[in-house]
Amino acid sequence: MTKQLWKGNEAVAEAAIRAGCEAYFGYPITPQTELLEYMSWRMPQVGRVFLQAESEVGAINMVYGAACAGRRVMSSSSSPGVSLMMEGLSYIAASDVPAVLVNVMRGGPGLGNIHPAQSDYFQAVKFGGHGDYHPIVLAPASVQEAIELTALSFDLAEKYRHVVIEVLDGSIGQMMEPAEMPEMQPVRLERPAWALTGATERPKNVISSIRIDSEGLEAHNLHLQDKLAHIRGCEVRYKEYWLDDADLVLVAYGTAGRIALSAIRQARAEGLRVGLLRPVTLYPFPTERLARLAKQAQAFLVVEMSAGQMLEDVRLAVEGRAPVRFYGRMGGAVPMPDEIFEVVRGLCYALRPPKPSGNGHHPARRPQPEDPGPQGAD
Amino acid sequence: MTDMQETVVFQRPETLEDTYTNYCPGCTHGTIHRLIAEVIDELGIRERTIGVAPVGCSVFIYNYQNVDFAVAAHGRAPAMATGIKRVQPDKVVFTYQGDGDLAAIGTNEILHAASRGENITVIFVNNATYGMTGGQMAPTTLPGQKTTSSPSGRDVEIQGWPMRVAELLAPLPGVSYSVRRSIHDPRHINNAKKAIRTAFRAQLDGMGLALVEILSACPTNWHLTPVAALEWLAKHMLPYYPVGDYKISEGLQ
Ligand SMILES: Cc1ncc(C[n+]2csc(CCOP(=O)(O)OP(=O)(O)O)c2C)c(N)n1
Repeated sequence: MTKQLWKGNEAVAEAAIRAGCEAYFGYPITPQTELLEYMSWRMPQVGRVFLQAESEVGAINMVYGAACAGRRVMSSSSSPGVSLMMEGLSYIAASDVPAVLVNVMRGGPGLGNIHPAQSDYFQAVKFGGHGDYHPIVLAPASVQEAIELTALSFDLAEKYRHVVIEVLDGSIGQMMEPAEMPEMQPVRLERPAWALTGATERPKNVISSIRIDSEGLEAHNLHLQDKLAHIRGCEVRYKEYWLDDADLVLVAYGTAGRIALSAIRQARAEGLRVGLLRPVTLYPFPTERLARLAKQAQAFLVVEMSAGQMLEDVRLAVEGRAPVRFYGRMGGAVPMPDEIFEVVRGLCYALRPPKPSGNGHHPARRPQPEDPGPQGAD
Repeated sequence: MTDMQETVVFQRPETLEDTYTNYCPGCTHGTIHRLIAEVIDELGIRERTIGVAPVGCSVFIYNYQNVDFAVAAHGRAPAMATGIKRVQPDKVVFTYQGDGDLAAIGTNEILHAASRGENITVIFVNNATYGMTGGQMAPTTLPGQKTTSSPSGRDVEIQGWPMRVAELLAPLPGVSYSVRRSIHDPRHINNAKKAIRTAFRAQLDGMGLALVEILSACPTNWHLTPVAALEWLAKHMLPYYPVGDYKISEGLQ
């Protein structure tokens, strides 16, 4: 396969189709709309279901219905629309049915704006709906990774009969990059035994989130918690760059992770010992990896396009063993590599004050580990 | 002793589960469940029917009917039914919804399912109150009717007018069938059953959304005995909610 130029939103749509997505329900909202528009012609072209819903409330409940019928199904939206879906996501999570949602995050709160943001981290990772659950949350940092994680979303949703949210920020949704599309997978034709397909030659199936007695509901909650524990044990994914000798560990995901990596390259060129941990799964979170790093690194810097949300999870993982600093931009502002580099340099010099040498400015240059290469290539 | 020939004149439909009921004495949800079960049996569609339950007293309808069931969030049954039906158009999909569910929190979902002409059947149970939460004012509560949230009676100046759903949906081109029936005496019960059968037939013929609104008694929250509740229904609900056919598409007559 050769690389083609793909826009993030359209790449996710095509990747979903190639992963065997049988039905899509959505509602227009910038910066996600190209995904819906692409689905509107492409799904009928391959004989699958596309329906523009009357609202995101409608869309997520259509997803819920099609998921109950045992179909690979998805929706996509952006922040304000995803807020409307919280009710449905809670019911889907409670019902043990698989569903995939893509949130192309934009600036908030309120109507906010249509620029890229990462301020829905809490909503996605900490369960914005009611009740005890967490969706699985995946966060790509490039169009190529968005393609791969879309296919993975369906697999994980089905493996765990659970909600998977793929969070892109607006820039990955809107950006065009060369990317390779996987082959078209055949649509799975046999339906799971639990699916609502009509009680032909079997007892009726019921999919419900109501459990009227507290014992029954607690037992069901324990089952959901077991499932989440299993997910935490098996599905943590992250990428790391230059961590072996890092004094300062940056933690950033999605677009912020990518920009942080550029800043780190600059810092490494100056001889600063900086590395990056980029979570690919935001839930489950790479808590253990961070806890191990906390024994080795002297400080952490979390970079987000938000007021500091993932920051809390990093602090929980580090457990006070090292200072955790934060650099963030909000409201659709995207940090520049130079901005992050300045913060990184300041922190590194505070950790290891430069020895007075020839120019009195740079620390002694040491041989640096190899550049891990371009984003997404590893 | 002479030889006696036993003839079955009445039995439980296959679609109706042999179980005890959760409904209050005199509640007519159970009667409506039975009518649906009889129709499903008669049409021979039990094995390909999928019901969508509402949030309300009838949330447990799946305990009483022997077909596949999903339970929707409050008011969202038409959206959920849309998802189920669109991915398997060969199945028979119906929603069962109360008046709080369909005519308050779920107006958007029912209106758009109707407008799109979703090929589903909707059984809409109007008991002029929110039964499950203890008798609050519903969008269908009558002018002057006292409820726990309109203690001095519904004042239309403040709370607005009750909503007539069968009339409201009838003009939409996507709607194949929109009628109102009642359940307060045997004649009306028989007519309700006929309408339910037509509403399922409309779906089998692919004609679009078919709705049967059924006036139903809630003795507990009306603070009446079961018999007095049926009388109250006939006396107070029928004048505001006339039984009638608001839309019957050609081919369904
Ligand atoms: C989102 C949400 N809001 C409110 C409720 C509480 N609630 C449960 S049932 C109900 C009203 C049901 O009334 P109706 O639809 O008329 O059905 P009935 O119980 O009378 O059969 C309400 C408000 C809920 N479960 N979910």
